[in-house]
Amino acid sequence: MFAEFLQYLFSGVTIGSTYALVGLGFAIIYNASHVINFAQGEFVMIGGMGTVFLLNVGVPLPLAIVCAVVLAVLAGLALEKFAVEPSKQADVVTLIIITIGASIFLRGLVQVFWGKEFFALPPFSGNDPIHLGGATILPQSLWVLGVTLVIVGTLAWFFKYTLLGKAILATACNADAAKLMGINTQFILFFSFGLSALLGAVAGIIIAPITLTSYDIGIMLGLKGFVAAVLGGLGSAVGAIVGGLLLGIIEAMAAGYISSDYKDAVPFVIILLILFFLPSGLFGVRGTERV
Amino acid sequence: MLEKLTTPRTGGLLVLAVIIVLLPLFLPNNYYYDVAIKIGINAIVVVGLNLLVGYAGQISLGHGGFFGLGAYTSGVLTVYYGWSSILALLAGVVLVGVISFVIARPILRLSGHYLAMATLGLGIIISIIITNEDWLTGGPDGMYVEPFTLFGWELYGEQTWYWVIGVLLVISVWLALNIIDSPAGRALRAVHGSEVAAQVVGVDTTGYKVLLFVVSAVFASLMGSLFAHYSGFISPVQAGFFHSIELVTMVVLGGMASTFGAVIGAVILTLLPQLLSGFEDFEMVIFGLILMLTLIFMPKGLVPTLSALFKDRRGRKP
Repeated sequence: MFAEFLQYLFSGVTIGSTYALVGLGFAIIYNASHVINFAQGEFVMIGGMGTVFLLNVGVPLPLAIVCAVVLAVLAGLALEKFAVEPSKQADVVTLIIITIGASIFLRGLVQVFWGKEFFALPPFSGNDPIHLGGATILPQSLWVLGVTLVIVGTLAWFFKYTLLGKAILATACNADAAKLMGINTQFILFFSFGLSALLGAVAGIIIAPITLTSYDIGIMLGLKGFVAAVLGGLGSAVGAIVGGLLLGIIEAMAAGYISSDYKDAVPFVIILLILFFLPSGLFGVRGTERV
Repeated sequence: MLEKLTTPRTGGLLVLAVIIVLLPLFLPNNYYYDVAIKIGINAIVVVGLNLLVGYAGQISLGHGGFFGLGAYTSGVLTVYYGWSSILALLAGVVLVGVISFVIARPILRLSGHYLAMATLGLGIIISIIITNEDWLTGGPDGMYVEPFTLFGWELYGEQTWYWVIGVLLVISVWLALNIIDSPAGRALRAVHGSEVAAQVVGVDTTGYKVLLFVVSAVFASLMGSLFAHYSGFISPVQAGFFHSIELVTMVVLGGMASTFGAVIGAVILTLLPQLLSGFEDFEMVIFGLILMLTLIFMPKGLVPTLSALFKDRRGRKP
């Protein structure tokens, strides 16, 4: 009974870590531009698929991972430079549709060059399950948790102690005031796309040995990351992490105790409930808008 | 009289009607009729959706869900429960109307893109339910639907459907133009301009936005029902997230707040996959690229950008 619960909890936290990283990516771009970047899921996909592809052509795993992350970051930076930046004057709705166009484009490219099949990435360190309190954990789950912790820790340090991190926070808080203080908000937006592509790609790589990867995996993972960000209060970094973990746990519990057919519906039921009862999310700012 | 005909409104409607009447001369076979009908169905949904996007400044990422709900309500009620087509269609309208009202009423009080998130969630939930409840809907394999019958008369064949959809398209464009020019429409444009200013002069902004959302959802449901009867086969794809995205894209590509732009957007995005099907694997790449490039270079959408260009040229003449 308890072992069962523990098992669901482990798998929930594992998948939830991925949602948290993707959600963080949404939050970072949203803060810099108020754009909801629907191409976020494609960074996740490029991370996973890129690693698989490089591994298949003989590149050793650590190098393949680094190259795949770099590839995703380049895609993110290109998206900002060539699609978002030239349309600065456009409506937010138009920008959102542009990111949707970009996601279809990226998905199409990957499908043309790397194929439509599902691929598995070998686990980073063996496949012998670890037994704990009657439940089992895959070593890969520990990788997922460890990498997520390191990334979240690094980000916390980055935002708190570096000039660039502080500039990003200032831009999120008030872009005009930040500009007056001499912050290059244009560069902040550029950097934000790179950073969130990095987060997405890492999430895609560490989860690929558990869930498999394919050219269209980014749609659902991206949407769930988005739900995680909204759950925590869109734009809040802590919120995105807590939201992601919570989402993963609830989803795993629902799949285990209620119905695995409706597992994928869980995040979307949650988002409706949140919007009805707690529209600014768990950690969102309850501000009033000035006219 | 002539002056009235040259206004974009009456003139545009007339041009649309003429195109619909003359188009069959250029349609060599039923395949082309089929494409034309699909364009018409999309165009009607998009004209409705454009009311929401262009005039209430809100986006819906769940109109595919409403379309699918209409289609499956019609399919299930006529096939399994023996309802008449028209009653099933109305049942779909009522169902979608109620759901969209219940969702929109609390959420549209908030400003920001909350409706987009809510409709995204709702649309995906609808498509997951349709996929999972296969005892009723046939699941991922889809289900067959019988032709539309009205007072014993069976609506059948591409050429009949062409005229039905054509007439409906003219009616819906006319309706949309009238909604925009009604007092409600003026209030809505005020909402888009400055919501607070509109509230200050006493416009019930939330009420109007909810109204537009419900109207646009009902448009989608109606077309879903008709599509189910026309094509004779429906699958969860019709209710899927990608369909919702396609519909919003048609609005934005054609030009937000432009009813004729909505029609043009539907024409282009329905034709594009047909034209690109020769490219096979490259279809998605090209589709995504065209979408991005058009909006990067014409952020206001095709029709507003081109008509501004046209006016500019005319204005410069001595």
